[in-house]
Amino acid sequence: MKLDGKIPAGSLAEKWTKYRSTVSLVAPHNKMRLEVIVIGSGLAGASAAATLGELGYNVKCFTFHDSPRRAHSIAAQGGINAAKNYRNDGDSVYRLFYDTIKGGDYRAREANVHRLAEVSTSIIDQCVAQGVPFAREYGGLLDTRSFGGTQVQRTFYAKGQTGQQLLIGAYQALSRQISLGKVKMYNRHEMLDLVTIDGKARGIIARNLVSGKLERFGAHAVVLATGGYGNVFYLSTNAMNCNVTAAWRTVRRGALMANPCFTQIHPTCIPVSGDYQSKLTLMSESLRNDGRVWVPKKQEDAQAIREGRKKGNDIPEADRDYFLERKYPAFGNLVPRDVASRASKSMCDAGFGVAPTGLAVFMDFSAAIERYGRSRASSLGLANADKATIRALGEKVIDEKYDNLFAMYEKITGENAKKMPMKIYPAVHYTMGGLWVDYNLETNIPGLFATGECNFSDHGANRLGASALMQGLADGYFVLPYTIGTFLANEIKTPTIDTNAPEFAAVESETRARLLGFLSVNGKQSVESFHRRLGRIMWEYCGMARNAEGLAKARKMIQELYEEFKADVFVPGQLEEFNPELEKAMRVADFMELGELMIVDALNRNESCGGHFRTEYQTEEGEAQRNDEEYAYVAAWEYKGIGQEPVMHREDLVFDVVKPTSRSYK
Amino acid sequence: MKITLKVWRQKDSADKGRFETYTLNNVSEHMSFLEMFDVLNEELIQKKEVPVAFEHDCREGICGACSMVINGRPHGPMQGTTTCQLHMRHFNDGDTIVVEPFRARAFPVLRDLVVDRSAFDRIIQSGGFISVNTGQAQDANAIPVNRDAAEASFSAAACIGCGACVAACPNASAMLFVSAKTAHLNLLPQGQIEAKRRVQAMVKQMDGEGFGNCSNVTACEAECPKEISVKNIAKLNRDYAGSVMGSEVEV
Repeated sequence: MKLDGKIPAGSLAEKWTKYRSTVSLVAPHNKMRLEVIVIGSGLAGASAAATLGELGYNVKCFTFHDSPRRAHSIAAQGGINAAKNYRNDGDSVYRLFYDTIKGGDYRAREANVHRLAEVSTSIIDQCVAQGVPFAREYGGLLDTRSFGGTQVQRTFYAKGQTGQQLLIGAYQALSRQISLGKVKMYNRHEMLDLVTIDGKARGIIARNLVSGKLERFGAHAVVLATGGYGNVFYLSTNAMNCNVTAAWRTVRRGALMANPCFTQIHPTCIPVSGDYQSKLTLMSESLRNDGRVWVPKKQEDAQAIREGRKKGNDIPEADRDYFLERKYPAFGNLVPRDVASRASKSMCDAGFGVAPTGLAVFMDFSAAIERYGRSRASSLGLANADKATIRALGEKVIDEKYDNLFAMYEKITGENAKKMPMKIYPAVHYTMGGLWVDYNLETNIPGLFATGECNFSDHGANRLGASALMQGLADGYFVLPYTIGTFLANEIKTPTIDTNAPEFAAVESETRARLLGFLSVNGKQSVESFHRRLGRIMWEYCGMARNAEGLAKARKMIQELYEEFKADVFVPGQLEEFNPELEKAMRVADFMELGELMIVDALNRNESCGGHFRTEYQTEEGEAQRNDEEYAYVAAWEYKGIGQEPVMHREDLVFDVVKPTSRSYK
Repeated sequence: MKITLKVWRQKDSADKGRFETYTLNNVSEHMSFLEMFDVLNEELIQKKEVPVAFEHDCREGICGACSMVINGRPHGPMQGTTTCQLHMRHFNDGDTIVVEPFRARAFPVLRDLVVDRSAFDRIIQSGGFISVNTGQAQDANAIPVNRDAAEASFSAAACIGCGACVAACPNASAMLFVSAKTAHLNLLPQGQIEAKRRVQAMVKQMDGEGFGNCSNVTACEAECPKEISVKNIAKLNRDYAGSVMGSEVEV
């Protein structure tokens, strides 16, 4: 198989503009006859479904949630990047493009990333017009803040709930198209397989999660906007129901999975507290605008804190090691996520961790509270304000900026992070890998498209903060609605897809057999217990640090675990009823298969880049050691079935504009 | 901690339903309420019994999926907290806790603690949006928005659509939900154009879905996990009156 990225010719800055002017179009009267299935209603799915509906296509949109408003995009906190340069701080499309390519450790396609940076500005315009209540300054204009890996302030935000507000904007646009009859919404429907006819994606088999019945849906094209696969680690910042099943079933039908080992570990999450724990909660990267990350300089202080004999506030300034500021003076606390995560881990591994488990570092807001307090006191004319007044004023500013985040932290931990430093530790957050797509966002299966976190295309080996929201909405509002025309323009003579076709019947009966298979095992262990065990293997051997020996061991462990699962899982209830355990069983089985592929990919990539850190490949200072000679490529995997070796297809990455260099934030 | 749970079990919407009692002996104070249900379900599965169905997803208080009535209060006893963010440290060893689904005519029970809240989606579809197609927008800073208006709009837009307001209301009214959306959009200049049509259409849909009327009990505000203010209801009433009496708009 030859992978063709279909990148348009011409200079980087002109590619997208030229493409848009020359891409095949579908006339309005033909759009009215064409049907598109969109799976998922998060930022990427809802924005695509709404925009395709506006253009005149007939859209069927699916979500397993009870409402399209609940997708996990809603939990994104900090913000969305756009090269508006409203701050006059030297931002530009090129700079956003450059930061993203560099942030991704030179493992993303230049053309895709440049397009993303170009459309970023339109996203903000669109969202404001929809009524997204972004933060504003007193003059009524939009406010911005900084995020990791950048030296400009290009991140637009709505307190710590930016994802929620953007998703509600997309949900409202979607709701409007539903009311106009252009989108038919299927809530509580989960895609379980893809149906192809003559090699083209023509429909899906979905399970109605209320009745439990399998249903068939046909369309001229299928768009997957199903998010990432971070839950393969069990504990992650993803929602409980995030899963890889829809995407993975297309891989089982021949779609390629690209760079699956590229997973993002977010540096600032609330640390694990117990075995019963079901998920981890993120503390937004935006907090690193004002939070200073540190551990005690002396191991005995760290130990005293772990044992509860001392508190963070007891450690004097001189005995604190602000290790990010020390190691990376140019970016300080705002280094990219992979760099910050590894630095925190190495401090904890060296015995400086501050939670009872030894796995936490401090993030401290006292300096910011004092700075803001003084500034506010000065603007109020309180020249001789005492310390307590300054602190109170400063805390108020912190509330205005991060309101819900501090409240959330207190709910979970019972501690007030304005009075004592927050404890944080890295956790799985996002997956840069995903379905392989070309410039049109089309997978190698004609008519099957993938958008948002579900595809692999824009973030390379590490995603910068506030770029996931940007990519989801870029794909859905401004890219896919054009690029899908390249496929649909040739389908205007194709009649409505008949779901009575034998291809639908065959896939439906395979799906039914698979589901009944889970129910018939009648073993002793719960699905959840298998998921936890899978997660522990993945985190231990394919998490923040990996090596060949551990990966090889983990691969065997997963194979054994999967066999045990098939022999001893217990799934209660019936197929044709409301049955959450059955939903989970299928998802966990798919995570097992994906988990093994991630390990194969991690083993293949004999270098460290971005979120993929192989301990064998590091510099003397412990930074990631890339190998551009041998690994400047996308590894797109063809799945060959259980027990078979997957086959890798290479797409070489060509850098015409940016010369890959050692990535320094010092 | 030892906790006794009286949980509503109902096979489907046709089933009459009943309370079942379960006892958990090892509940940690650091667990969330839903993690306690995970433990309960694991025990039920070990006994080959059917686990309790409950709605949940993000477990960080923002998706709006979780929906239990705990000891008679939607999302339990803590102010401004969803069930998923409610931790067991707020309960005592030996407590008996009664857990029911959100109850309202417009929210039929699907199974156990899971209810159908699609009526909320239909209300939004009736007018809870600004009619702008992708690509039609002008530059974002071309519309300055008064900072206080933006803040007030944001506060209303923080609604997570969980339905606790309906469950808390003796009339099962959806006024807090509807008013949060109308306030979010009507407070912004972008939302002004359709404001009159919006309030009429959404109120009409709300009535059609079988939600009750507002009689100013304000339990909705007290139980709202996002602390949405009942001032939004007052604004909705004003906007509605202005729409039906002082204008030509009719839905």
